[in-house]
Amino acid sequence: MSEPVSPEALSTASSTRAERFRRERTRLGRRADTLFAGLTALAGLLVLIILAYMVLTTTNVALPVFRSQGLSFVTSATWRPADGQFGILAFVYGTLVTSAIALVIAVPLSLGVSLYLVEVAPRWLRGPVAYAVDLLAAVPSVVYGLWGVFVLLPLFLQPAAEFLSRTLGFIPIFAGPASGISYFGAGVVLAIMIVPIISSLSREVFRAVPVEDRHAAYALGATRWEMIRGAVLPRSRAGIVGATMLGLGRALGETIAVALLIGSRAEVGASILKPGYSIAALIANTFGEANPEGIRALVGAGVVLFAITIMINMAARMLVWRMVER
Amino acid sequence: MSAPAPKDPGRLQGRRPSPRRVWGDRLGTLAMLVATVLVLLPVGMILFQIAQKGLGTMSWEFLTQAMPYSYRKIGGGFFNALVGTAIMVGLATAVAVPLGVLAAIYLTEYGKKNLLATLIRFFSDVMTGVPSIFVGLFVYTAFVLPFGFGAVMGAAALAIIMLPIVVRSTEEMLKLVPRELKDASYALGAGTWQTTVRVVLPSALPGITTGVLLAVARAAGETAPLILTTLGAIEIVTKLVGAPISALPLAIFDGARSPFAAGQERAWAGALELLLIVLVFTLLARVAASRSRISR
Amino acid sequence: MNENTISLEENITATERGSEGPAPAFGAPSVFTVRGLGVHYGGLPALRDVSLDVQPREITAIIGPSGCGKSTLIRCFNRMNDLIPGAEVSGEVLYHGEDIYAAGVDPVTVRRRIGMVFQRPNPFPKSVYDNVAFGARINGYKGDMDELVERSLRRAALWDEVKSKLRKSALALSGGQQQRLCIARAIAVEPDVILMDEPASALDPIATVRIEDLMQELKQEYSIVIVTHNMQQAARVSDRTAFLYTEVDEAAGQRWGILVEFGDTSDIFTRPRDKRTEDYVSGRFG
Repeated sequence: MSEPVSPEALSTASSTRAERFRRERTRLGRRADTLFAGLTALAGLLVLIILAYMVLTTTNVALPVFRSQGLSFVTSATWRPADGQFGILAFVYGTLVTSAIALVIAVPLSLGVSLYLVEVAPRWLRGPVAYAVDLLAAVPSVVYGLWGVFVLLPLFLQPAAEFLSRTLGFIPIFAGPASGISYFGAGVVLAIMIVPIISSLSREVFRAVPVEDRHAAYALGATRWEMIRGAVLPRSRAGIVGATMLGLGRALGETIAVALLIGSRAEVGASILKPGYSIAALIANTFGEANPEGIRALVGAGVVLFAITIMINMAARMLVWRMVER
Repeated sequence: MSAPAPKDPGRLQGRRPSPRRVWGDRLGTLAMLVATVLVLLPVGMILFQIAQKGLGTMSWEFLTQAMPYSYRKIGGGFFNALVGTAIMVGLATAVAVPLGVLAAIYLTEYGKKNLLATLIRFFSDVMTGVPSIFVGLFVYTAFVLPFGFGAVMGAAALAIIMLPIVVRSTEEMLKLVPRELKDASYALGAGTWQTTVRVVLPSALPGITTGVLLAVARAAGETAPLILTTLGAIEIVTKLVGAPISALPLAIFDGARSPFAAGQERAWAGALELLLIVLVFTLLARVAASRSRISR
Repeated sequence: MNENTISLEENITATERGSEGPAPAFGAPSVFTVRGLGVHYGGLPALRDVSLDVQPREITAIIGPSGCGKSTLIRCFNRMNDLIPGAEVSGEVLYHGEDIYAAGVDPVTVRRRIGMVFQRPNPFPKSVYDNVAFGARINGYKGDMDELVERSLRRAALWDEVKSKLRKSALALSGGQQQRLCIARAIAVEPDVILMDEPASALDPIATVRIEDLMQELKQEYSIVIVTHNMQQAARVSDRTAFLYTEVDEAAGQRWGILVEFGDTSDIFTRPRDKRTEDYVSGRFG
């Protein structure tokens, strides 16, 4: 561990007091410094150790199930713990579908809010609106779940699902009978939950677009919208993708709100207006009554979920990092 | 190439871009406005409806009494859950904050840009994205299986969730401490350890506090990992190991899933209580953040 | 961005491009007539009582010590100050006799006619080609885009250097090339005037000379207004020069720019009428 300024170099004065001071420091200070450096490095290492340990223990516990099920663990949709059949395809499917629905809704909304806040809103309005949007991030997911089931479901989710199946029912993904407790319902609530993540990041990305770029577009006679499309959005593309993927990572792992709204039916079906299931909801709902082998299977499902989110997250972080460093 | 003719600039008055461009601009602006309204709508709805429905059941009794023995029964409260949340979040904070701050000090003062620091930085970021239910599964397999359910297990899960948040936010704050301040300390003959503890940490304290408070708010609202590590209880539990314990989010989740009106009403009041706690912490975080801006 | 209907404005642009031969005389002789122009930022004065005329096919330079409001002044000519919150413009800026700040004048229309090149090269993070085509595309240009891009790049003396990398990112070009690309981008919308805000201040001496040469050529077709902190540059390239200077009100703690002297460049540099101009051009301060 190197020191930015060597104290020896500083105390060139040859008075005995300075001399003594320096010696004291060399003995005591040096040792304290080394100790402190080691301590901080250890704390840092702990982050890596915990992460590695998490992966190893869970994988180890799930290993027997991975072995006995083989590839059918992820390719089969038959989940019958009593018969020792563990196929998590329906849950993987539900996790992906709800997250996709959440992104389809949340990304345009988040970009719209962020652009409004950065480019359009009058100065006095920016702080309060940004604060209100960020407030969504502070709401615990169990509160979203409660609100979603008892307020949003009768007020919006159920009517909206019925409306969609009535008007667009001929398209398989909107086929009836429609239910608000469904992929769709869970996806809408997930969307509300990830809006603050995507919008706070994309706001930063938009703000980072140099003012010279904006002026260049304006000076060519662009309207504000043309300026946004020509100067702001192209510059922000990598950042937007990164923000979206972070939102996706959150949506994939979200448990409680989804558990309350998805309907807990393990089926792979085309319609998003029907009840389904997700990995996280499966773990939360069935953990209490699972037998030892069932628990291994649930841990295995958790490992698969972890693998999916980690890959998405790493890719997102790399994108965001690359952009920030530039 | 012949010199082009000078241009007749024409009048400016009343001349606008083509209707298509003007309408594109208006539609674009409208779309941004609509998006903003659609996002603000749930914010208002959640705050208003939680307050409205929660206040109906909220009472002194609710705040100070434990749950009744049946979801069906009216009365009682979430005091047992509040105690559980306080114990577990307190324990988690006591573990995660010192570790996180130390790790952040390593990143800014020692590791800087070396390989280990880069790895720690990257994987802390990655760790913030690990699903909290997976953290619960891990604590279950590693600690609950050998030692049983309990407050310490829940706290361990919450600490793992808090740790990367504390590391990264503290690092950002430490980076903001001016170079000159550190130089002044080094020039007086202080070592890295003294400089960090006496100069860097104090001047970054408000900012670090912000990050810690946000991490606490996040941990207080976590439900999923507790399902797997503390199980829940209806009486007040103060034992740290070997006894299932409740927490506010857990009690809300159970109430929301119960088919009985009394249980659901308690869930609303609990949601109000939890939301207020979380909002108070986020608000305190804002205050601390504005302090740190003033001192800069 | 294809357009089926052509607006009035695009119609005119289209006929312009087709017309050949000598120019018809039109309107007032000056491109810009500025009278009593003042700018306030958030209530504080930044520029006071500026009056000057910009003649067609000439280079008008604006010089003065830093902080004297040169950039503020040039940004009044295409209403870029509108983009700064709290900026207020008073007085008159007449463009061919017409007040560009009048109600009913759209700043987008103004900027479409009056192009601008900025202090730091600011190409968009797109290809060279797309940068040049940007303005023409948003204006619904329906002609041969390849031809327009080539013509604009040739006029900006950049064609030979970039013709093999039109599809490459503009950010890969050198600083001097980027600035000429920005000029090409401004030319491509066929403006009447080009405003240049210290266009060479971020460039090395060789790139600077190229930009100055380019200005002499562009002067054949365009009216140019340039802000520069470099007196030699003003003396080399411009026909007329405006000298701005900072006035200070110690009591109120305010400072703002005023126009001290405006005239032929040779007069300003050899026979200045005002003592402050003389001090400045002879390098006694600033």
